[in-house]
Amino acid sequence: MMKLEEVLKKYEPVIGLEVHAQLKTRSKAFAPEEAVYGALPNTSVSVVTLAHPGVLPKVNKRTFDFAIKMGLACGSQITEYNFFDRKNYFYPDLPKGYQISQDKTPICRGGAIHIKLPDGTTKAIGITRIHIEEDAGKSMHIEGEEESFVDFNRAGVPLIEIVSEPDIRSADEAYAYLVEIRKLVRYLDICDGNMEEGSLRCDVNVSIRPRGSERFGTRVEVKNLNSFGNVKRAIEFEIVRQAELIERGESFVQETRMFNAETGQTYSLRTKESLNDYRYFPEPDLTPVYVTQEWIERIQAEMPPLPWELFDKFTKEYGLSEYDAEVLTSERDIALYYDEACQYTKEYKAVANWISVQVKAYLNELAYTIDEFPLKPKAIADLVNLIAEGKITHNIASKQLYPLMLENPDIEPEALAQQHQLIVNTNTDELLGIVKEVIARFPDKVEEYKNGKKGLLGMFMGQVMRATQGKADPKLATRLLQEELERL
Amino acid sequence: MKVSLDTLQKIAHLARLEFDASEAQSMLQDLNKIIEWVDQLEQIDTTGVAPLIHMSEEKNVLREDEPAPALPHERALRNAPKKDSNYFRVPKVIE
Repeated sequence: MMKLEEVLKKYEPVIGLEVHAQLKTRSKAFAPEEAVYGALPNTSVSVVTLAHPGVLPKVNKRTFDFAIKMGLACGSQITEYNFFDRKNYFYPDLPKGYQISQDKTPICRGGAIHIKLPDGTTKAIGITRIHIEEDAGKSMHIEGEEESFVDFNRAGVPLIEIVSEPDIRSADEAYAYLVEIRKLVRYLDICDGNMEEGSLRCDVNVSIRPRGSERFGTRVEVKNLNSFGNVKRAIEFEIVRQAELIERGESFVQETRMFNAETGQTYSLRTKESLNDYRYFPEPDLTPVYVTQEWIERIQAEMPPLPWELFDKFTKEYGLSEYDAEVLTSERDIALYYDEACQYTKEYKAVANWISVQVKAYLNELAYTIDEFPLKPKAIADLVNLIAEGKITHNIASKQLYPLMLENPDIEPEALAQQHQLIVNTNTDELLGIVKEVIARFPDKVEEYKNGKKGLLGMFMGQVMRATQGKADPKLATRLLQEELERL
Repeated sequence: MKVSLDTLQKIAHLARLEFDASEAQSMLQDLNKIIEWVDQLEQIDTTGVAPLIHMSEEKNVLREDEPAPALPHERALRNAPKKDSNYFRVPKVIE
């Protein structure tokens, strides 16, 4: 087998992605029953979903709201005049014999997703179109069973399909693109973005061409990719497979292949129905949908802050490094939490660290989301302020006050610190007494210090901190120690 | 344009229809008559005329995203030719 690195020296991959995002509406796209995940089979179905004769679908308005949101976030053109099409094929999980989709009038056209490349630059991956369609049911094939089982709970749940331009040039770029899409749908709160659960699905189109060539090679579509890692593996496998065929002088056809996660390979589907022939035609059961300017403006007004807007704010206004800003904006609710905390402090960098380290550690340990975190953003800001003002040492803050705060989320950090006597001791007289005591206990060390072993100051400080249980104001204690030692 | 027997069989397969040789012949004639008629229609100049997609003037008939009760589970499965307590059962489909 050829090595990927060798292939890439000679050939350039050309990749496009089709991403299906399941929309988080309460009810289905064209039928009114609840859109649920994980319910008992066939408990969230209606006569419309089951395609009983004489029933009529009706468009769920929020399906459009969500699709428009995604379009606005990608800078797409929103289509004013929309109608639906029937995509005809037979499969047991599709009771109507057709899927309602948008073939001729996708709700969004154009726009881009911006990904960050390893060298720090940004690359725009063009969006061809985003269209609305309905999901199919789920078929289960059990080994040894003569029949397949079908559950229609998922049938009719709204999806948007986001089709990219063939702008992607590597498996890593494809990965970065998917990460951005997931981040975006989660910021917009229109999809869970969970590939393992199937609320985000991805098909990839891969072709390769000799470097420098402008012509596209034969493209292969790969399906059945249920994790971010598998998307990357499937692309890398395809790049090498196609290069080997070309090197051997073998031609290959445009086809759909499946990915086998166990072997890491793609395999061809039996191409009985050689070419997909979906015989699209307009869906007569649904009225056209006109998206007015007012409608778009209403959605525009509802738009949450977007990841790159917060990234800009965090780097420019709060002076965070790009790395810190990236970490904090990777999840919307963490980003908003940080942003709110910054309303109560000017210690932007310290708050960022506190959230990225201590808060995240707590969340990870308990598998909590930030909504479940007991402390309000203001409490973290107050804590950081106490450290910055020198009222409490960093050590005591993280080892004692922070755990106390987590147990007593309703008490102000400063009050809590006072209750537990964690406030730094800035009482000169008291500290001086302790300093003198420490010095008196170590005459030999004082002698060594006098003889030039100035590094012993650290040892004396350690003793002072121990005597005060870490509560001595470090600056004051250092000064007093130095003065006393010099005076002797 | 004329529909060939091959095309007819392809369309029939896509629509999961079956018919014998004589039925195929009469079907072919009917289809060709329809195509002829469409050919005639195509002679009309429709430049600048938007295609008529909906017969009704209605637009934006939308539903608010309020869930309505689903069919009771037993009723949902009642008309299924084959089922068990949870699922519709269908002839095995192999991926």
